[in-house]
Amino acid sequence: MKFSGTDTYVATEDLMVAVNAAIRLERPLLVKGEPGTGKTMLAEEVSKSLKRDLLRWHIKSTTKAQQGLYEYDAVARLRDGQLGEKRATEISNYISRGMLWEAFESGDAPVLLIDEIDKADIEFPNDLLLELDRMEFYVYETKQHIKAQVRPIVVITSNNEKDLPDAFLRRCFFHYIQFPDQETMGQIVEVHFPNIKKRLLSRALQVFYDVRETPGLKKRPSTSELIDWIKLLLVEDVDPEVLRTKDTAKVIPPLYGALLKNEQDVHLFERLAFLSRRQGT
Amino acid sequence: MFTEFFLKLREAKVPATLREYLTLLEALDEDVANTSIDAFYYLSRSALVKDERNFDKFDRVFGEYFKGVEALGEVLFSEIPEEWLRQEIEKVLSPEERAQLDKMGWEKLMETLRDRLAEQQGRHQGGSKWIGTGGTSPFGAYGDHPEGIRIGQRDGRRGSAVKVWDKREYKNFDDSVIIGTRNIKVALRRLRQFVRDGADTELDLDHTIHATADNGGWLDVRMRPERHNKIKVLLLMDVGGSMNVHVKTCEELFSAARSEFKDLEYFYFHNCVYEGLWKDNDRRHTEHMATWDVIHTYPADYKLIFVGDASMSPYEVAYPGGSVEHWNEEPGGVWMSRLLNVYSSAIWLNPEPESNWVNTQSNRMIQELLGERMYPLTLAGLETGMKYLAR
Repeated sequence: MKFSGTDTYVATEDLMVAVNAAIRLERPLLVKGEPGTGKTMLAEEVSKSLKRDLLRWHIKSTTKAQQGLYEYDAVARLRDGQLGEKRATEISNYISRGMLWEAFESGDAPVLLIDEIDKADIEFPNDLLLELDRMEFYVYETKQHIKAQVRPIVVITSNNEKDLPDAFLRRCFFHYIQFPDQETMGQIVEVHFPNIKKRLLSRALQVFYDVRETPGLKKRPSTSELIDWIKLLLVEDVDPEVLRTKDTAKVIPPLYGALLKNEQDVHLFERLAFLSRRQGT
Repeated sequence: MFTEFFLKLREAKVPATLREYLTLLEALDEDVANTSIDAFYYLSRSALVKDERNFDKFDRVFGEYFKGVEALGEVLFSEIPEEWLRQEIEKVLSPEERAQLDKMGWEKLMETLRDRLAEQQGRHQGGSKWIGTGGTSPFGAYGDHPEGIRIGQRDGRRGSAVKVWDKREYKNFDDSVIIGTRNIKVALRRLRQFVRDGADTELDLDHTIHATADNGGWLDVRMRPERHNKIKVLLLMDVGGSMNVHVKTCEELFSAARSEFKDLEYFYFHNCVYEGLWKDNDRRHTEHMATWDVIHTYPADYKLIFVGDASMSPYEVAYPGGSVEHWNEEPGGVWMSRLLNVYSSAIWLNPEPESNWVNTQSNRMIQELLGERMYPLTLAGLETGMKYLAR
């Protein structure tokens, strides 16, 4: 049971080592990295390559740890009770399972994605310590003990908005997805567009990395934006010659809307283009 | 087995714990990674370091520790399986050399290799790569090849293994490096503490429902104090003069701080605080707010953060009329202490590197005024500062 990338996902060696260590030792894997470097994708690809189910638990600022275990719908029971319904006498009718429960009960160790854990309250990871460590919890309402038969593969992503507690970190393997270098990026693009012409690819990458290097950008374009942009370039059938970066008159890349998502960044870029044009003459 | 390495990491302030170290040993036991030094590097990093800010420190220790051939010879080399060693060597050999190899015999070759390695031990102890220059010998594989043939990786994709940590790609994240907006935000978040206090209450719906259900349907309303970010910040920033070189860092700090707190008030001053502060640098000579008014307007529970390089003429702090811009009736030091008397939790962030602080007398004076609560404007400094303020 080894993860080594898929035909739609290029995994670097450090990533593979971390993923395989986490799978083998049955510890959660914490993944951080710039937005758009494929943190969430990783869980999908791991599940795909190991042929396991993927359970997603997207965390919001209001998400409570308890919701991952189970929820007890007291309101429904109250209403049913007042209407004299029979099912109100049975408490288990009002317990709905959370993602962790689903993952524990699933026989064939699924991949559990806990997405953007840093969005939640600062205490959220602490509340899940024991559950993720021992892979078991207790349902007080029904006095049930839920324990994972096979430990699921847990992938946790974080955007670094909050520091995670040390106790939580100690229990995880950690991987930081570095922004891909030009060579890896070339492979990634080729995975998405197998028929892309070499010339267009190298030109596009050149422009992309130039844009990223622009000092003062508010939001630097990432992998997902590059993919979108190349898709547009292919649809519009843009001539690679247009992407020649040395051509000062056209410093603003075509269809830049896919790369720059911020008005100020576009302005900045236009200003730079203007300056370099003036220097050119 | 790697206890010394682990201790070295702790010495270098990488916060790895025993539990994480045991995890690493467990992983090695389970053969998670193949025996390459590369895989070992990734594995140990993944198990021991949980924050990309510490990657750089880790890289340095790793490079240091595994630089000596000693480590390689004793720990890793002995564990390198013969097959891939053969495979690796064959890959780099020219046909003639391969013929030679066949002549020499594998056993003999290994022996020579070991000899050579032992020989190299002395020679390369202090070098920057952990294995020597093999040159044209059959052991070229272990040479200081420009592309670096690495031990154990069958399909080296880019660069050499050693390079991965020698490159120190994670330098940016080290917290002694001056920071970017995003990093500042993370550090500032330390200050964010949501507290329930005050008289305002809101309906606690969940509790009410539960209590009502438990009550058998009789309504039982539960209230709870409203939750809000208690932290209010008064940010005073030095502008102009010697601060010009730090404008970008301060801007970043400012923009990050702005989005982090609901109550952020900012004012500018030049070099030292005097009787007037201003909000708009273009109109600094016309639109002043008296410092007394600032003190009276913002209550004492505001956290006070000064940002400045604290390098000025000592007269500015100590004497009336010391200001370079106008005639001040009272010395800057007096105004500083007035502010500090009101706002008990106050810090000074200094964009100058800490090592330069001793060189200016005014810096000493300011530090004394603040009771040594001056922190460098680096991620680490910011964090310690915020920790102090959050107390």
